[in-house]
Amino acid sequence: MAIEWETVIGLEIHAQLATRAKIFSGASTAYGALPNVQASLVDLGYPGVLPVLNREAVRMAVRFGLAIGATIARRSVFARKNYFYPDLPKGYQISQYELPIVQDGQVGIVLEDGAEKRIGVTRAHLEEDAGKSLHEGLGNSSGIDLNRAGTPLLEIVSEPDLRSAREAIAYMKKVHTLVRYLEICDGNMQEGSFRCDANVSVRHRGRHEFGTRCEIKNLNSFRFVERAIQYEVARQIELIEGGGSVVQETRLYDPDRHETRPMRSKEEANDYRYFPDPDLLPLALDEAFIEEVRATLPELPDQKAARFTREHGLSAYDAGVLTASRELAAYYEEVAAGTGGGHKLAANWVMGELSGFLNRDGIEIGGAPVTAAALAGLLRRIHDGTISGKIAKEVFEAMWTERAEADAVIEARGLRQITDSAAIEQAIAQVMAANPAQLADYRAGKDKLFGFFVGQVMKATGGKANPAQLNELLRRMLAG
Amino acid sequence: MNPHHATAAELGRGLKSRQYSSVEVARWFLDRIHETHGALNAFVTVTAERALADARRADAMIARGEGGPLTGVPVAHKDIFCTDGILTSCGSRMLANFIAPYDATVVERLTAAGMVLLGKTNMDEFAMGSSNETSHYGPVRNPWDGSKVPGGSSGGSAAAVAARLAPVATGTDTGGSIRQPAALTGLTGLKPTYGRVSRYGMVAFASSLDQAGVLAQSAEDAALVLGAMAGFDPRDSTSVDAPVPDYAAALGRPVKGLRIGIIREFFGEGLDAGTGAAVHAALDGFRAMGAELVDVSLPNLPLSVPTYYVVAPAECSSNLSRYDGVRFGHRCRDPRDLMDLYRRTRGEGFGAEVKRRIMTGTYVLSAGYYDAYYLKAQKVRSLINDDFRRAFSQVDVLMGPTTPTPAFDLGAKTGDPITMYLNDIYTIGANLAGLPAISAPCGLVDGLPVGLQIIGPHFSEERLLGAAHAWQRDTDWHRRLPPLYA
Amino acid sequence: MFSRTGAIVTLTRRDVENIAHLARLEISEAELPVYVQSLSAILAFVEQLAAAPTEGIEPMAHPLEGQVQRLREDQVTESDHRDRYQANAPAVEAGLYLVPRVIE
Repeated sequence: MAIEWETVIGLEIHAQLATRAKIFSGASTAYGALPNVQASLVDLGYPGVLPVLNREAVRMAVRFGLAIGATIARRSVFARKNYFYPDLPKGYQISQYELPIVQDGQVGIVLEDGAEKRIGVTRAHLEEDAGKSLHEGLGNSSGIDLNRAGTPLLEIVSEPDLRSAREAIAYMKKVHTLVRYLEICDGNMQEGSFRCDANVSVRHRGRHEFGTRCEIKNLNSFRFVERAIQYEVARQIELIEGGGSVVQETRLYDPDRHETRPMRSKEEANDYRYFPDPDLLPLALDEAFIEEVRATLPELPDQKAARFTREHGLSAYDAGVLTASRELAAYYEEVAAGTGGGHKLAANWVMGELSGFLNRDGIEIGGAPVTAAALAGLLRRIHDGTISGKIAKEVFEAMWTERAEADAVIEARGLRQITDSAAIEQAIAQVMAANPAQLADYRAGKDKLFGFFVGQVMKATGGKANPAQLNELLRRMLAG
Repeated sequence: MNPHHATAAELGRGLKSRQYSSVEVARWFLDRIHETHGALNAFVTVTAERALADARRADAMIARGEGGPLTGVPVAHKDIFCTDGILTSCGSRMLANFIAPYDATVVERLTAAGMVLLGKTNMDEFAMGSSNETSHYGPVRNPWDGSKVPGGSSGGSAAAVAARLAPVATGTDTGGSIRQPAALTGLTGLKPTYGRVSRYGMVAFASSLDQAGVLAQSAEDAALVLGAMAGFDPRDSTSVDAPVPDYAAALGRPVKGLRIGIIREFFGEGLDAGTGAAVHAALDGFRAMGAELVDVSLPNLPLSVPTYYVVAPAECSSNLSRYDGVRFGHRCRDPRDLMDLYRRTRGEGFGAEVKRRIMTGTYVLSAGYYDAYYLKAQKVRSLINDDFRRAFSQVDVLMGPTTPTPAFDLGAKTGDPITMYLNDIYTIGANLAGLPAISAPCGLVDGLPVGLQIIGPHFSEERLLGAAHAWQRDTDWHRRLPPLYA
Repeated sequence: MFSRTGAIVTLTRRDVENIAHLARLEISEAELPVYVQSLSAILAFVEQLAAAPTEGIEPMAHPLEGQVQRLREDQVTESDHRDRYQANAPAVEAGLYLVPRVIE
């Protein structure tokens, strides 16, 4: 009997906090500047300079902690993580080690089959980002750009609660959603504002103890996370089944080759020699500070989704999709309100046509050519019977390309639905006259030909016949 | 005129009353530095042009009736303080090419007070040493006897002021680096409360212990300079946001009724008899002035040296990781690869004692040893701190010797780090607890000065300066000059 | 007081080589025995801490207890001084600090 394998994954997500200035210096965090022009003396680790903590970075960490129902440490401590690397100017990273600011929270995920799962967040701590090493066009040298050094990061560490690449992606997307709802991170993965490392191991299903894990670095897209985990799981299983064993190591995902490989720079076991940073004092947060932050929290995606299922009658999965971003949820709510209560209709259109067109054209919801008000206008015409759902798709496409209102498109193209019984009866009579053989067969008991006649009448009316009316009249007239 | 017989306070008064100009005073000290520098090696850099420019500005201020008691008075900065546009070497080959692009807060404040920068003084490499023999620029000699060390790590500042190459100088004190050289060269050396003076721009050795202070001719000078350099600095998270008292005004505080704790542990084995006698004589002097002497015991204080030699190296091993040959400082020639760049740059750039401390610190923080060494030392630090707290619930100040012996021979202790470390046995406790402490000259032993140390509770600088000033009104030890420089 | 325990050599050459590597310090063959001896002596010296009764004692990381971290407003206060800062750099090209090629 084949052994059944179970995958165990924990994610360490690094979210760059959207502060104006760096965590310990007054240099700008703006992306895309010329190399090193945003590297201040503090960011460069110059002799004699000292760190001073940015209040906004602390507030943002607390926002996240409150949003995941975590414990906010009333006292947390900054520590130095010591290692040598060219993009780490001081030879240590200021981070939090024994006493992080956020401890013990939970993030809920909903899978495609509707199953819900709570993922534990062990901790989230504040730390400074490193700079970047560039290797192109410098011969045998690498170039160091320290503009990013000192950008505040929130490192969000999950429990090893994830059991598949799919769950990992759902969790990562949920955290991505959260940080953007909270407006603490722009979530831009291309620019590296939101990235993650994955700890992956495998074990025989039913075993209690974990297998040896590998840490995979450099995962800056959802797709990479999924592929890297799938590759790594397959690699580990193959290794073990081939009689080998997994070595605990840090591996790098290579997106060009879709594989992971050991990191040269991490070959030797690191001894980070953490100790409390003597340049910084313990961070103390009082109730007033925490309550002030709590008072500014927006409606969170889970709360919004619960409201959508409770008040709008949406499924948990649909509610989850619609609350994936604050902008999408707001768009949906505006459409739903404008259609006059057709929540399910609004949800279907936002998740269906709208999302499809956005994906096709690669644009964000904020730039959609069809505004929420315009889509609501279209759905009102379905609701009041002016057009059918099928025609509405044609109208939507025209609205998208021409940036026009629904009514204008319907009028200009004469797409108004035919609800005049006499007109529909006339079309039916013509179709019956033109297809005597089919009529005879139908009347002889071939009920299935009903669909044939519907199609022919629709064709004759340019699809505009009111479907319900057509059904009723056709059934009566065919019966003779 | 003979400016070298004048204290900083006296020079300030002479400048204000136009007895001489700041330019004249600056020229006089620059000439004196020029004549004697070879013998003492007290300076790494002499900033003659800068001094004259500063002096001209000070003269203009004085002419307008502006400025304070230090306007136009020369000063020398220990080469650990960053000075904009001027070499800031920290006594190391690693920074022998380092031009700081900014001023330390201490430098900025003393410049704002109108002080005139004569130059940057020699020091133990990265302030790690008790004899000024670890400097990349060679040892500094003690003006009282050229075959002796001046103490360290602020040895250049001490020698400069002792020989009156500068009326006053800045220093830093991590384990005694102001008080010990002050004692060995006959000066008044003040280490303020941790957090009283900004550490911004002071090249870090051990961040939880480092504190900037003054090497001066008198308690009055120390009070004036401390008043100008102290105060809250938003650029230093450990700087304390508390008002700066008028230290000079506090000098007249009476000693009568002062409760002085005599630290029993400071008078045991290892204390040189002559030094002990001088300190006892000083204590008798305080009793005669109406102070009450109380015997106190700080039982954990004997553990201060081993505690320090875990905590300080741990912090230094991390603080000195930034010297990697990438952004500033020494870089080895033609590195083969990244590892070679790091290892050779650091191997060449740091001297033996600095390397020893980096390795000690690396070891005590490393996996498997952290609890036994670093964490244990931090707990013992708590015990020592508690001892001080208990003592200060009974007495106003603590007194004892600053050093176990007068200045020792150059080279006498360089072969044995622990013997060298034990030189700081009486000074380290105040650093571990962040307490202010002052050393004031209290006698000569075989022609070499020795110091009385006064330690107070946090932010009791006024009390320490008042006690030292009272003592200096009754005695003239602080006015004695090394015979060669009289 | 301040007694020194016997200078028991506790470190090997290999230990010192490992420490030096962790600290990225090149130590010559000639210097190595000197460090083996002195580091061992220092460790033996600090060993006396082991006997101190510290059960239930909080470690003291900072001399001013009770003081807490001050927070800075989120404002950009720094401007571009790259050329001035890079004047101290041993190797720079196109605004980048150069190092021997980094292999990830």
